[in-house]
Amino acid sequence: MAAAAFYDLEGTLVSTNLVHTLGFYSKNQQGLLRTVTKSASTLLSIPLFAATDTYSRKVFNDLFFKRYKGESEDRLRFFADQLFEEVLKPAIFPGAFELIEKSRRLGLRQVVVTGALDISVNPLMKHLGITDYVANHLEFVNGIATGRLLPPVLAAATKASWIRTFAEREGISLSDSYAYTDSMSDLPMLSVVGHPAAVNPDMRLKQTALHHDWPVLNLK
Amino acid sequence: MSLQLRRKTHESVIYIDRDSAPRIIPSGEDFILEDLPIGTRVIYPNPPIKGLPNREAAIRYALNHPHDCDPLFAQLEPGMRVTIAVDDISLPLPPMATPDIRQSVLEIVLDMLAGHGVDDVHIIIANSLHRKMTEWEMKRMVGSSIFDEYFPDRYYNHDAEWEDGLVVLGETRHKEPLRINRRCAESDLVIYVNINLVPMDGGHKSVAVGLCDYESLRAHHEPQTIRDSDSYMDPARSQLNHKVERLGKLVDEHMNVFHIETALNNRMYKGEMDFLLKNEDDFSAFDRMKYEAMRLTMGRLPRAARRKILHSVPAQYEMIACHAGRTEPTHKKILEKNFDQYAVPIKGQCDILITGIPDISPYNVYSVLNPLLVQVMALGYHFNFYRNKPLLKKGGVMILHHPCFDEFDHNFHPSYIEFFNRLLPETRDADVLRDKYEREFANNPSYVEMYRRGNAYHGAHPFFMWYWGENGRRHVGKVIAAGAENAHVPAMLGWDRADNLTEAIAMARSHMGRSAEITMLHQPIIGICDME
Repeated sequence: MAAAAFYDLEGTLVSTNLVHTLGFYSKNQQGLLRTVTKSASTLLSIPLFAATDTYSRKVFNDLFFKRYKGESEDRLRFFADQLFEEVLKPAIFPGAFELIEKSRRLGLRQVVVTGALDISVNPLMKHLGITDYVANHLEFVNGIATGRLLPPVLAAATKASWIRTFAEREGISLSDSYAYTDSMSDLPMLSVVGHPAAVNPDMRLKQTALHHDWPVLNLK
Repeated sequence: MSLQLRRKTHESVIYIDRDSAPRIIPSGEDFILEDLPIGTRVIYPNPPIKGLPNREAAIRYALNHPHDCDPLFAQLEPGMRVTIAVDDISLPLPPMATPDIRQSVLEIVLDMLAGHGVDDVHIIIANSLHRKMTEWEMKRMVGSSIFDEYFPDRYYNHDAEWEDGLVVLGETRHKEPLRINRRCAESDLVIYVNINLVPMDGGHKSVAVGLCDYESLRAHHEPQTIRDSDSYMDPARSQLNHKVERLGKLVDEHMNVFHIETALNNRMYKGEMDFLLKNEDDFSAFDRMKYEAMRLTMGRLPRAARRKILHSVPAQYEMIACHAGRTEPTHKKILEKNFDQYAVPIKGQCDILITGIPDISPYNVYSVLNPLLVQVMALGYHFNFYRNKPLLKKGGVMILHHPCFDEFDHNFHPSYIEFFNRLLPETRDADVLRDKYEREFANNPSYVEMYRRGNAYHGAHPFFMWYWGENGRRHVGKVIAAGAENAHVPAMLGWDRADNLTEAIAMARSHMGRSAEITMLHQPIIGICDME
C-alpha cells in the first residue's frame, strides 16, 4: 500500500509564518498612507496574534484573516510571485529540500497541509516540486476579500481529518506515512500517522515529542 | 577441574577465599560492594604498561621510519591534496585527558605538511554511521589552535548520507561494495590517525568502515558475519575482520593511505578513582576511604548528576606505541602491543560469568547507556573479550549487573527508541530484524536528517548493536540482570531479572548446579581472556 509524507509548511519547511505574508501585503498597499497605516496596524497586532495563537488556533484564524478584509483578489495574486521571491524563497530551511528528496526517493507521496493562503503558497509548491497540497482559501465577494476563510478551515484537528480523507481517497496507508510539523497546534496531524516527527518545534511540541519518543528534527 | 583452576596462574587472576574482601562492581552510574561466593575467580585488567616518556618523539620517529613505504616527508609535494582522517569520539573510552593523542599527532603532521608547502588539507572525523561529534567535542579532541584554523570548512565530520560527498570505489571479489568519502578518495594522500583501544579497532577498519556509507557497512555488519567471528576481538578468527581486510585491499588499490596507529595502556583512572582498577584485597586505608567518599557523595545525587560527574572524569591513558606506514604491517605491530597489554592467560571456562556494566561504552559518550547499549556491552563486548574460546561455557549463565533503566537519549539515539519499543516486542531474531526492518530505519527521512544535521546515530545503528550481541545470545543459556530496577526491560531483551547479585547467583546455580564454576570480569576492564 502506498504511503505519504505530510508536511506543515510555515515554521516547518520555511522559516516564515502567516504574519510575514500579511506584513508583505501590508507594505505593498495602494498609496503611501494606506501602506503606512496597514503596516503599522499589522506591527501593533503581533503581540495579539501571538497571544491568541497560544490560546486557540481557531480564534487566531478568525482574528488574523480579518486583516485581509478589503484586499482585492487581483492584487493578492499579482504580488504572489514577488512574495515568493522576496520572502518565501530565502526562508526555505536548508534541510527542507533534503527531507523532501529523501522522502520522494522512498516512493512517498509528498503532501503539504498548510494553514497559509493558497494564493501565497502556489509558487513555493512549484519550487519544491510538490503537486499535492492543500491550503486555506480566502472568501472573495466581487473580487474583494471578506476577511473570512472558506470552509474547511485548515487548522489543528481539521488538518488531521483532511489527511484521513485524503488517505482514504488515494489508498494511502497512514500507519506507513510520515508527518512533519513545528507547532503544538498540529498535534492531531502528527497523531494520525505511523511516523510522526517534530521539526524545529516550539517548546510545547518538543516536550510532547520527547514524551511520545518522536524524532525531533532541526532543518535550520 | 577446581583444584587446577584455583592455582594462581597470573597476577590478574585471583580467587575468592574465606577472608577475601568484597568486590566493587559497577552497575550503571553506581559502584556497589558485593561479597562473592568462595572459589569465585576474578579477572582483573593487567597492570598498565609504562607509557612512552616522550610521545611526540615517538610519533616523529614513527613518521620518519614507516613500515613498507617512504617516510611521510618524502611523500609530500607542494600543492598536493591531503586529507587527514581521525577516529571519532568512540575512542578511547572514556575520552582521554587533554591533550588527546590525536592532537599530538595532528600538530606534528600539520607542521610537516605546512613545511612542505601542502596547503590543501582537510581533517575529517571518520565517524561512519556513529553520531557526528559536537563542536565542543571536536575542539577538545584537536585543541583550540587546530580547531580555530580548520573548523568548520576544513575540519568536519564524515557524512555517510551526503550523496555528493561519496564516491564508489568498487566491490571485492565477494561482491562487498565500497562507497567512501569523496574527499578522501580524491586526495593524493590520506593520512589516518588512529587510536587502538581494543583489537577490533584500527587496521583496514579505519578507512574502509570509518569513512563508508550505509550500503557498504551493511555488507559486513550483519548477523551471519558476527556468528562467523569467534570472536570479533580476535582478528585472526574474525570473519568481520576478514571482510574488512578485503575492503581494505580495495582501498589500497585506489588510494594512497599513510596509516598512523597508536596503542594505549589501560590506565583508565588515576588519582581519586584509581582504586577501581585494583584488587580489593590490596586496598590501602586510603583506597577504602576514597571508595567510601565516592559512594557517599554519589549516593546522595540523582542519577543524571552521577552520570555527569562520571563523564567529566577523563581517562589517563598513556601511549605505549606508535607505528606508521602501510596499513597492514603498521596494524600488526600495534596489535602485538595491544595484546601485550590486554591478554590475560586463562585456564578453563566457567559456568557462570558475572560482569558489572559500567556507564562506559563507545556509543554513550556524554549520554545515557540505554537498554540496547547495556545489551551490546554485556553480550557483545564483555562476552567477546576472549581468544580461542569463550570464557563462558556454552549454555552457561551470564549475570550482568545494571539497573536496566528504560531511558534513552532523544538527540543521540532516536532510532534506538523505536527499535526497542516497536521491534523487540515483535521479534528478537536478528535475521528477521535485518530483513524486515533494517532498511526502513536506515532510510527513515527523520533519522537521516537527525544524523546529518544533528548528533544522532544513524537510523540503522540499533540493528548493528543487536547483531553485535548475536554471538553472546546464541552461546549463553541464560542472562540474568541483577539489580534491574524494572521487569519490562530485561523481559524485552529476553533476560531474567534479580533484585541483587546474591539472588542472581542463586538463580544461576539452580540452572547450572551447585558446583558451578563462577568467574567475574572485574569492571571496568579492557582485557582479552587468552583461553588455554
